[in-house]
Amino acid sequence: MVINKDLVAASSTPLVLAILANEDSYGYAILKRVRELSAGHMEWTDGMLYPVLHRLERLGYIEASWEVSESGRRRKYYRITARGRTQLAEERRQWQAVDATLRGIWSALSLPLPASALMPLVPRGA
Amino acid sequence: MAAPDCAIRIEEQIEQWRSYLRRRQAIHSVDVEELEDHLREQVSALVGAGLSDDEAFLVSVKRMGDLDTLSREFAREHSERLWKQLVVIPGAAGQPGARARGEAVVAFCLAAIAALAVKAPELFGLRLDEDAGFYARNLSLFVLPVLTGYFVWKRGPDPATRRWMAAAFVVAAVFANVYSFSPGFSPGGYTEILTAMHLPIALWLVVGIAYAGGRWRDGGGRMDFIRFSGELFIYYVLIALGGAVLTGFMVAMFEAIGIDTEPFFTRWMLPCGALGAVVIGSWLVEAKQSVIENMAPVLTRLFTPLFAIVLLAFLATMTWIGRGIDFHRDMIIAFDLLLAVVLGLLLYSISARDPRAAPDAFDVLQVVLVISALLVDTVALWAIATRISEFGFSPNRVAALGENVILLVNLAWSAVLYVRFLRGRGSFAGLERWQTAYLPVYAVWAAIVVIVFPPLFGYI
Repeated sequence: MVINKDLVAASSTPLVLAILANEDSYGYAILKRVRELSAGHMEWTDGMLYPVLHRLERLGYIEASWEVSESGRRRKYYRITARGRTQLAEERRQWQAVDATLRGIWSALSLPLPASALMPLVPRGA
Repeated sequence: MAAPDCAIRIEEQIEQWRSYLRRRQAIHSVDVEELEDHLREQVSALVGAGLSDDEAFLVSVKRMGDLDTLSREFAREHSERLWKQLVVIPGAAGQPGARARGEAVVAFCLAAIAALAVKAPELFGLRLDEDAGFYARNLSLFVLPVLTGYFVWKRGPDPATRRWMAAAFVVAAVFANVYSFSPGFSPGGYTEILTAMHLPIALWLVVGIAYAGGRWRDGGGRMDFIRFSGELFIYYVLIALGGAVLTGFMVAMFEAIGIDTEPFFTRWMLPCGALGAVVIGSWLVEAKQSVIENMAPVLTRLFTPLFAIVLLAFLATMTWIGRGIDFHRDMIIAFDLLLAVVLGLLLYSISARDPRAAPDAFDVLQVVLVISALLVDTVALWAIATRISEFGFSPNRVAALGENVILLVNLAWSAVLYVRFLRGRGSFAGLERWQTAYLPVYAVWAAIVVIVFPPLFGYI
């Protein structure tokens, strides 16, 4: 199962903010974390993460700084700001509302869950 | 696991990928660096998982995504990047940044020198309002040596050229002023006005030699100077418009608190600003050269058809009603200006054209414009020739007539070369060469007007 593009795009803001709320990070590590958390269902084209990061930076939710990584290369690290945390809380409320609404509908439909969701989750990709 | 040659190959591949990225306008070099870091992490993770270097690189690049889509996403986020920005003084430290800053400092210092130079004669009791003639004759001498100095500093021509340029300015200063001491000199007379108008044209050639910096003998250097002159003109007009707005506000605001700023404006702001802006404008043109599309060719494209229509309509109407030009005295100057504008349109479309491209509709239009201008001017010249005895030879009329002939010769031969090019019998480069070779003619004529006319016409 691959989650469709619109959903990926819509969930990118809370995902990135939540990962950065946990700890400061950089592009590759954020993407790796998304893969782990979604068990490979969230397929991002790697490059597309960066415009998202730059947008969040422009909005003031995160801030960036160049540091030297352990490999000796310059690397751009991102940190969540106070505004970013407020935004994350707001996003979280909205997604919970969406989630609660959908749950209500699923139970009313009382359809059986699709088979693939019951399958053991296998991580894909490196 | 990575043998040395393998490591070299992957570096080469990454370098190539980086150069593809760099070509995208929306992706800046810091973003390229960030993406490269990602790519390298990915490659080493994949190599760690057992892939070969080549495989790891291919997979990583594929995962990074299609470059077109990626640069579109970047452009959406950074839409301002699609507008080429002129960053004259880059914020980030670094070698090019430091040099640009140094150049900015030099340009502003030179502008200040030019601005103060025009005030220097006041120390010797020459006031702007009382000795207007002195200032008019010497106006170009306050700023053009400074501008030449700027290009000498930038291009570093050989000492012999420098000496020639210095000599040219000294000679210009002598001839601009020596006649005012002769007994028959009439202040504010025709020859004085002619000197004031022609000296800048003659000295502009010296600026051009400094600008070309050793490439003056080569047509390319001269063509660059033509481009520079056009852009400088446009920048200067824009700066002047900005200055006018600033002045308007200044006068109105200070008037509101009962202070008259007009003396300050006429004595300081206008002369200093007008001369300083020449240097600042030149520096801006130099700085933005490759950053922003040149404006002069764009305006040329816009106005060539319009001018052609007006000229053709004029010719057609004149033939239809069967009436010659009703010539009065100073109309020759109006026709000079018309030819100069047409020459400008021709020159700036030549300067922006790829000489190897095949003729197209715009070239035909250009020829139509030139030929119709020639016809209009011939009619005008005919009109003046029949009545020249009645008008007499005043210095103004001779100067204007000389300019008319110079422009006419240029445009006529240009038309011949252009038609040859359209018919596939000549190259476009020939037309370019003709225009660049002709540049000294304008300066020589201007120098003749400055040097020979005053004694010839008895300093009237």
